Amino acid sequence: MIEMQDVWKEYPNGTQALNGISVRIQKGEFVYIVGPSGAGKSTFIKLMYREERPTRGHIFINGFNIEKLKDRKIPFLRRTIGVVFQDFKLLPKLTAAENVAFALEVIGAPPKYIRKRVREVLEQVGLEDKMNMYPHQLSGGEQQRVAVARSLANNPAVVIADEPTGNLDPETSWDVMRLFQRINDLGTTIVMATHNREIVNTMRKRVIAIENGVIVRDEEKGYYGYDD
Amino acid sequence: MTRWLRHVREGCKNVVRNGWMSFAALSAVIVTLAVLGFSLILTFNVQQMSNSVTGQLEFSAFLNVNASEKQGEQVAQEIRALPGVASVQVISKNEGLQQMKRELGQELSDVLNAFKQNPLPIQIVVKPQDPHQIDRLAKEVSEIPGVAAVRDPHKLASSIFRTLAVVRDIGIVFVVGLVITSMFLISNTIRMTIFHRRREIEIMKLVGATNWFIRWPFIIEGMIIGLIGSVIPVALLVYGYRSLYVKAKGVFSGLAFPLVQASQIEVKLAVILITMGLLIGMWGGVITVRRFLRV
Ligand SMILES: Nc1ncnc2c1ncn2[C@@H]1O[C@H](COP(=O)(O)OP(=O)(O)O)[C@@H](O)[C@H]1O
Ligand SMILES: [Mg+2]
Repeated sequence: MIEMQDVWKEYPNGTQALNGISVRIQKGEFVYIVGPSGAGKSTFIKLMYREERPTRGHIFINGFNIEKLKDRKIPFLRRTIGVVFQDFKLLPKLTAAENVAFALEVIGAPPKYIRKRVREVLEQVGLEDKMNMYPHQLSGGEQQRVAVARSLANNPAVVIADEPTGNLDPETSWDVMRLFQRINDLGTTIVMATHNREIVNTMRKRVIAIENGVIVRDEEKGYYGYDD
Repeated sequence: MTRWLRHVREGCKNVVRNGWMSFAALSAVIVTLAVLGFSLILTFNVQQMSNSVTGQLEFSAFLNVNASEKQGEQVAQEIRALPGVASVQVISKNEGLQQMKRELGQELSDVLNAFKQNPLPIQIVVKPQDPHQIDRLAKEVSEIPGVAAVRDPHKLASSIFRTLAVVRDIGIVFVVGLVITSMFLISNTIRMTIFHRRREIEIMKLVGATNWFIRWPFIIEGMIIGLIGSVIPVALLVYGYRSLYVKAKGVFSGLAFPLVQASQIEVKLAVILITMGLLIGMWGGVITVRRFLRV
């Protein structure tokens, strides 16, 4: 479960990115975060995996109290969260399988478990036959699926995605969205910032709209609601 | 266990990947530890030498050539009366001559036979209770009437060991400067690695690697440079000292001071230099990850 109570974020340069956000997301929900560019969507997401620290307010996520979380405990919060970005963030010199394995190696998982788990998640994203290919040998959609597989490797309770289809063509975007849907069907909470009106309006989910750092709309099975 | 294997493997990769920068840092460590090792070898020898010198410190007073045996006994009595004297030994003109003949050997001693009279003065060997009092005592003895000259047979030795001590001290000052230079170069190398690996570091942070898990490969990178940088000078110095020891037959060039045995120096030298190398590398790594990794 994710809960924010009156959360504010001011960047060191004085930018007011979030101005009093309160929200509660239950386990197993699928939530879109929409809003114009610069509204504060990415900041909202960064607060969840403690990339940024709120200036004020309380945040609880997967049982962690972000306010009280010591810096050296941040890794343990992040092990319960999978993150996916617009630019995939794959390591170019590692194969698909190695990219996924990397995420497990660096948290000290046993090698035998890593081999088994890498195969599992790559099958889950439908890339078991391309597991030994390098990122440059894969299409954008395939690369993003590797990134999703990596985010799933450690069985996270929540997957958060910041514009995961932002770099993909419409058809590939739908492949990736269907993948997120399947992950959500298995009980993983999904929080996704997106600019993709077609997807939001077709694959209907809860929509939280942020403008100028405040939530202006929060609807079950909502619409995208902007014209861009 | 797998974790440490991984850290070491990644650390090795870092060193290799940074080729030239690692090489520069490595060279600095080698020079640093070679100078340090050289100073240590000097220190060990100066120490042993100063122990043996202070252990047998004594000086000789010589009377006028025509002084009689009776006068010699008188002067010896006066010296015995001085405070801080441990022992006084009178070497008569005759004894002195025999001693000199022995030292010069058969052929040269014939030269001495050419003298009608014994040309040697009476010699009085004085040993102070406290070796540090030798200069004061020598001065007092030289003021006794009938004493023509005072000579400290170890003056030469002690001036040489003072020179060696100065060389050693200069070496140590150099070492401090070189240690700082080495750490700076190691730090720069690791900084470069951190830059090369920034994407990996970013992902490690995202997926929840602990700070120490991220730091270790860089610290180990420093330690590998430190380790290789210490093994090389250890090998060179041990080899060099052994050859010197064999050539000098274990004696410090004609001064009759024994060199510290090679086997005794080797272990100490290796332990100190390798520990220093590892510490320099580790510290170079630690300051760098603290400043540039921000994890
Ligand atoms: N690291 C930062 N430092 C300063 N200002 C920032 C930083 N990140 C974002 N901002 C500012 O905060 C506001 C919200 O940004 P962001 O959360 O990225 O919006 P969105 O993802 O909705 O486009 C913007 O005005 C942006 O310029
Ligand atoms: Mg954004």
